[in-house]
This record gives sequence, C-alpha cells and structure tokens, in this order.
Amino acid sequence: MSLNRRSTAALLAVGVLTLGLAACGSGGEDATDPGKPDDKQITVYSGRNEQLVKPLLDKFTEQTGITVQARYASTAQLAAQLVEEGDKSPADVFFAQDAGALGTVAKRGMFSTLPEATTGKVPPTYRAGSGHWVGVSARARVLAYNPDLVPADQLPASVFDLTTPAWKGKVALAPTNASFQAFVTAIRVQHGDAKAEEFLAGLKANDPQIRDGNVKIVEDVNSGTVPVGLVNHYYLGEVAKEQGTTPDGLKVKLHFFPGGDTGALVNVAGVGVLNRSAADPDVQKFVDFLLDTEAQTYFAEQTFEYPVVGGVQGPAYVPPLAELAVPEIDLNDLDTLDATVTLIKNSGLVP
Amino acid sequence: MSGVPGRWRRLAPRPALLAASTAAVAVALIPLAYLAVRTAEAGWDRIIAELWTDRVGLLALRSLGLAAVVTTACVLLGVGTAFLVTRTDLPARRLFAVLAALPLAVPTYIAAFAWVSTMPRLEGFWPAALVLTLCSYPYVLLPVAAALRGADPAQEEVSRSLGRSGWQTFTAVTLRQIRPATAAGALLVALYVLSDFGAVSILRADTFTRAIFVAFDLGFDRTGALVLSSVLVALTVLLLAGETATRRRGARYARLGGARRPVARLSLGPARWPAIVTLVAVAGLALGVPAVSLGRRLAAGVSRPGALPEVLTAAGNSLTVSLAGAALTMLLALPLGLLAARAPGPLTTALDRLAYLAHALPGVVIGLSLIFFGINVAYPLYQTRWLLALAYATLFLPLAVGAVAGAAAQSPTGLEEVARSLGRGPWTVLRTVTLPLTLPGIGAGAALVFLTGMKELPATLLLRPTGTDTLATELWTSTAVGAYAAAAPYAALLVAISALPTWLLVARSGLLDKEDRP
Repeated sequence: MSLNRRSTAALLAVGVLTLGLAACGSGGEDATDPGKPDDKQITVYSGRNEQLVKPLLDKFTEQTGITVQARYASTAQLAAQLVEEGDKSPADVFFAQDAGALGTVAKRGMFSTLPEATTGKVPPTYRAGSGHWVGVSARARVLAYNPDLVPADQLPASVFDLTTPAWKGKVALAPTNASFQAFVTAIRVQHGDAKAEEFLAGLKANDPQIRDGNVKIVEDVNSGTVPVGLVNHYYLGEVAKEQGTTPDGLKVKLHFFPGGDTGALVNVAGVGVLNRSAADPDVQKFVDFLLDTEAQTYFAEQTFEYPVVGGVQGPAYVPPLAELAVPEIDLNDLDTLDATVTLIKNSGLVP
Repeated sequence: MSGVPGRWRRLAPRPALLAASTAAVAVALIPLAYLAVRTAEAGWDRIIAELWTDRVGLLALRSLGLAAVVTTACVLLGVGTAFLVTRTDLPARRLFAVLAALPLAVPTYIAAFAWVSTMPRLEGFWPAALVLTLCSYPYVLLPVAAALRGADPAQEEVSRSLGRSGWQTFTAVTLRQIRPATAAGALLVALYVLSDFGAVSILRADTFTRAIFVAFDLGFDRTGALVLSSVLVALTVLLLAGETATRRRGARYARLGGARRPVARLSLGPARWPAIVTLVAVAGLALGVPAVSLGRRLAAGVSRPGALPEVLTAAGNSLTVSLAGAALTMLLALPLGLLAARAPGPLTTALDRLAYLAHALPGVVIGLSLIFFGINVAYPLYQTRWLLALAYATLFLPLAVGAVAGAAAQSPTGLEEVARSLGRGPWTVLRTVTLPLTLPGIGAGAALVFLTGMKELPATLLLRPTGTDTLATELWTSTAVGAYAAAAPYAALLVAISALPTWLLVARSGLLDKEDRP
C-alpha cells in the first residue's frame, strides 16, 4: 500500500463523510410539513405514472402558481401507505388509477366529501355515491389480439371463453397489475366468488403467458410472441408512442367484449381529497382543474384515455365511451380488493 | 487473543466501542423489530395459515437453490478470475481486472431487462441464476483478489520445498489462505440473492422475495408479505451459521512482520488462450449485453427523457442520498468493524452476525419498516433524506463492517501496542494509529455502500422525500410505461457514475499496481 494511495483513500473517506452529511443537512426542504391552506402548495400521492401525469401537473402549476409536490408509486402501494400513515399523512390528494383503491381509502373514512359542484360534472357511474372520490378519466378492459394469429371472426364473445382449450397457451395476463385485479373484483361483484375462483383456475390451467405489466403484453402481442392478451385500451397508445407510430399503425388490434360482458369493464382513474385538506382552496382548484376541458383533452390525446366530462372528444382509435356495452357494475363495489387478492394468490397465477 | 486478559485494554477503548457497536446493531434491527410486531399482530392462526403451505416450502427451496447455484458459480468465477489476474502472467491483466469488477456497477434490474429485451422468451430459474451470477461475482472477486495479493508467499514456498506440487500447494495452502475472503464474499452473494427483486421479478423466477413483492404489490396484503419475510430471516440465520462454521477461531492470515514480497507468477503458457476467451466471454455477457440492449432501445424509441436539468437533478439526488447513506453506514460500521478485528470473542461475533440479519430482507420490507418507524417513532424524519440514509445503513451495514474489519485485521497490532507503551491514551491511539491504518478499508467500505445505494430501488421508492427523483426511480418510472428510450440515459448515467466507486474498489484491492512492488 503506497502512501500515495493511502492518503487518497483518506481524503476520499473524509470527503464522502462531509459531503454525505452536508447532503443530509440540506434536506430540510423535504420535511413533512403538512403546510397551511392557501399556501400555494399541495402534496399529491400519485398512483399514476409520472411520465403520464407530470406534464399535466406542470400545466396546473403554470396556470395557478400552486406548486405540486408529487409522490409517485403504484396505486396499491400508495393506498396501503395512506392507510399506514392514517391522520399523520402529509398527502392532500390521492390520485389513483383504480376505483377500488379509492374505495378502500374512503372506507377508512380518510376522504372528505367533495362539493356537488365538482362531482356533478361527472356521470354518476364514474364517481362515488358518497362524494368521497370522483373519476377524472376512464379506461376500458379489452382483449388485445394479433390479427395474423387470430382472425377477427374467431375472437371470443366473452372473457370467460378464454378458459376453453382453444385458447391454451395463447393468453397473456398481468395478474399483479391493479387493472387486472379490479377486473377480477368485477367478476366477484357480478357473478360471485365461486365463479371468479373457477375463472382464475381455468386461466391457470390453460397455460397462460404471465407478464409483469400491460406494456409487455401489448409489445408481445404486437410482435406475435403471444396471440392475445388482457389489457387496458390505452396501452396501445403508449406502445405506439414509444415506437414513433400511431395506435392504428401497430399490428396489434383491440377487441371489446360485447353484450355487457365483465371483460369489458370500464374503470376510472380518480381523486380523493384527504380530510385535513377539505377546506384548502388550492386542493379544490386542483380537483377542478383535472375535470376542466384542458385536462380532459390531455387525457384523451396524451394518455389515450376516455374523458369523463361531456363535450370532450375521446381518443381516435377506439369507439366512443357511450357506444361501449359496459357491464352493469357499481364502481363503488370494487373496494373489496383484499378478497380478490386472496383469490388471485390462491389461484397460483402469482408466486 | 481473547485468552490474554487485559490485553484489549491496551488496544482500543473497548467499552466505548462496544456501546457504539450495540447502537449500530440496534439500528440494523429496526426492520426486525417491525417484523416481529406485525407478525405478532397477525396471530398464530394467520401465521400458520400463511406459512404451512406447499407453496412456502417450494419458495424456500427455490430461494435456497438459487442462492446455492449463484453462490457456487460466483465463487468459481470470482476465485478463478482473481487467481488469473493476481497470480499468473495473463496479458493485459489490469484491463481484465477492471472489466471483471465493472459488473458491480450494473443493477440486476437493468441486466435482467437487457437480457429479456434481447431474448424475449427468457424466464425462470436458470436465466435468473445467470443474470445474478454475472452481476454478483465481483463480490467474491474483489476480496479474494486482495487476499491473494496480500497473502504471505512464505507459506507457499515452504509447501513447495516440502515436495508438494504446484496444484497440491494451491489446494492445501493458497485456498486455505483465501478461505475467509471467499467465505465472506460468498455470504454477501448468497444474502444478496435472497433479497434480490430486480432479476427475479423481470425474469419471473419465483423466489421468496418475488412472492413478498407480489404480495405487497397486490396492495393490502402486508401481513402476508411480512409473515413471508420472517422465513427469509430464518434462511439468513442458516446461511450465517454456515459461514461462521467456516471460520477457524483465532486463525490469522495477516503477514506477521517482514517486508512484503511479490509472489512468483505462474506462467500460463498456451493455457492463456482459453483463460482470455473465458474472461472476454464473461465481460461480454455481463457488460456487453446491457450496453448493446440499452443502445438499441435508445436508438429505437422516440420517447425523450426529461430535459437536461431534470436528468442532472436526478443524478444529484442519487449522489446525495447515496453519499449520505454511505456516511451514516460508515459511522455505524466503524466501531463494529474495529471490535471485530481487535477484540474477537463470542459477544463480538454475536453483534457482527446480528448486523447481517437485515441484509437479506428485501428492500421493500426495510422500506415498510422505516415508514412505520418514521410515522410512529421519528415523525420529524419521515419522508426526509435522513430516513432514506438510515434505510441504506440498515441494508448495507454488513458491507461496511466487512471492509473495516478486513482492513483492521490486516494491519499489525504491534504499532498500537508500541503507541500504548509510549504512554498514549486509548483514544489517541485510535485516532493516530488505528484509524489511519484502517482508512483504506473505510474508503473501500464507503465506496461499496455508495455504489449499492446508487442501485437500490425498492426502499428508495418507498422512503424518498416527496418530489425527489433519483436515477433509479426515474428509470423505474420510464420503464413502467414502456418509455425505454427515455429510460436509457438514466440507466447509462447510473452505470457510469457507479463505475467510479467500482474503479476505486479495484484500485483498493491492488489490482492496478504497475508491478508487484512491496
């Protein structure tokens, strides 16, 4: 060990310690100060991906001068974190991508009631009857298929057909994905637990292609690695965007299950306001902004979702929301996620 | 050593060290306390229902199997490579040494993602084993290379003079000299495999950690996730016991006096070609595949990463939280490392082993436990960088303790004894003799913790201050929506920044020395 290297190591060690401690010392700005109403700052827990919503949040800040501190993670994780934090939560708003997660937090009595003037802009289907949360955009469950591998006339009439031998080894799923879980919850709500259990067992027995997320499924269907996959409609837009084309330019196509089949569930992304921020005008402005024409247009054009406020055009590559034969399900009933999770776990679709 | 009463009093202010070490271990045990509280809340019925299933047995076997396969492969690859670059006349030795260590800078989730992008149908146990081996073997390579360089050649010379062949000497003497380094590196690899989520989730190898992540990702199944984690703790205890059994009490491998002499290098002759081909192949798989895949994604995609300021902010955040984590970890590790080297004994061993206990827990469990700790015990720290630094300290304490203990064990105690005999107090000796001697170890430990912190994702996601993005979290955000091109610069920058401490670690193990001078 030469003296030279030893002194280098010494300097390095001292430097690391100093820098590290200085870094922590400057961390004062991250303290969990809940802030005061009308202090031009709100904290949003976003279960929606940063890539998708950050431009919108920036727009909001630009227009109102209100800074948005956003915390991004998966919807389920943030819902669990909110429950863990209880009334100590630094969050003002929970922006989730599944009605079930919003329902779960609402069930704990953590959301305040939103004003009628706000919730009234959205059809009753897409908000909580209690007024605890409101949907801001809608997403349809679909079957993505590759026309080279599955001719359009052979598409299944119901999602339940996917458990038949004809589809063995051909179906891609993302059982850890919140949207898939919401869809299973919908089966439980519509047809009972036994039917849901039977369906999951049927999927499992049919040698499914398990994927980590919907993007991977759409990519694999598009490339012909797998013939069909259960996803949300807007993932086509995301994959097309990355490949520098339009959804219509992709090989993969969408099949909307007809006749009110559970496989055609329409779920929402939405927001709930935490109790302690009920009277904060900054927070109210944020909720109203999301239901404004500009944000609704952003959802349609940039994230390829369905707007939920009248007068805004939906994405071009899918039939309008009003024309979809959606199953008769009250989204408020999707809040029994834990029972669904137990079913999915016992089905063996997840490790 | 422990058989000499009163001797420790000359060497170090032991009561103070002991107190500080106990405090460090207490920090490392926060997650275990959380696990205990939450598991107890679940009640026996729930625990038995969760654990007494075929699935849990299978997962345990698979986790242990994966750990065994990867550890074996890493030991073979790590020891073999270390021997080639330190003890033979391999051409371009220094280049190969750096290449062999660089995979440390590649997070497993980037490597796994690269492999899946290259071969879409890749999934399951063996692909995960391959990726984990390629990312983890430097954990064995670095300590073994340092041990091979620092070993006393006299023992080998004696063995040869007694008529043993080169191979017999290698197995009987050399391997025994590097056994502690190999075992310590192997333990780190095995514990890492138990806790890894990046490779196993992308390659869908069903291990315990993946099951814990899924249970947690499914949202409200925290109890299930935590009960499963308790099994990981049990597996960790098994591994620690195994590694402790390989240590021989009181065995010292430091040179006892005498000047350091270079070891005669083995001439490879024609065997150098297969050696070179193997090393190039490993580097190609471990570094080439991720590089090519990232490059392709970058060229193919049209999503653009955030503006330069955004990328730089993320890089800055990565640097500061990892540096803070490294600083805090070293502060906690220093007393424990010195204690392990200077006052071995049952109590020290127990403390040292306890520090390892949380190391095999998945980051998500550490994250959850510190959220709980932050909300209920230390609310002013909640969602600050401090709590994240504390998480890194909890996760990476063993890496730092090992580095400090290794450096202290290799520096002769004689100097401290002389200083004490000249009337200096224990603290003065610590400050003027022991610390300068162990500084290289402290630097190496800090570099390793910094590097691991840069790559850490699950705990960072849970604990980061609201609005703070790091390179790892930006990467996760982009890939989650398939914006691979946007992700590539973050990945490239993460690997590039991580390469610096990796290089420092290589330099520290003496692999870059021009010639073998004393």
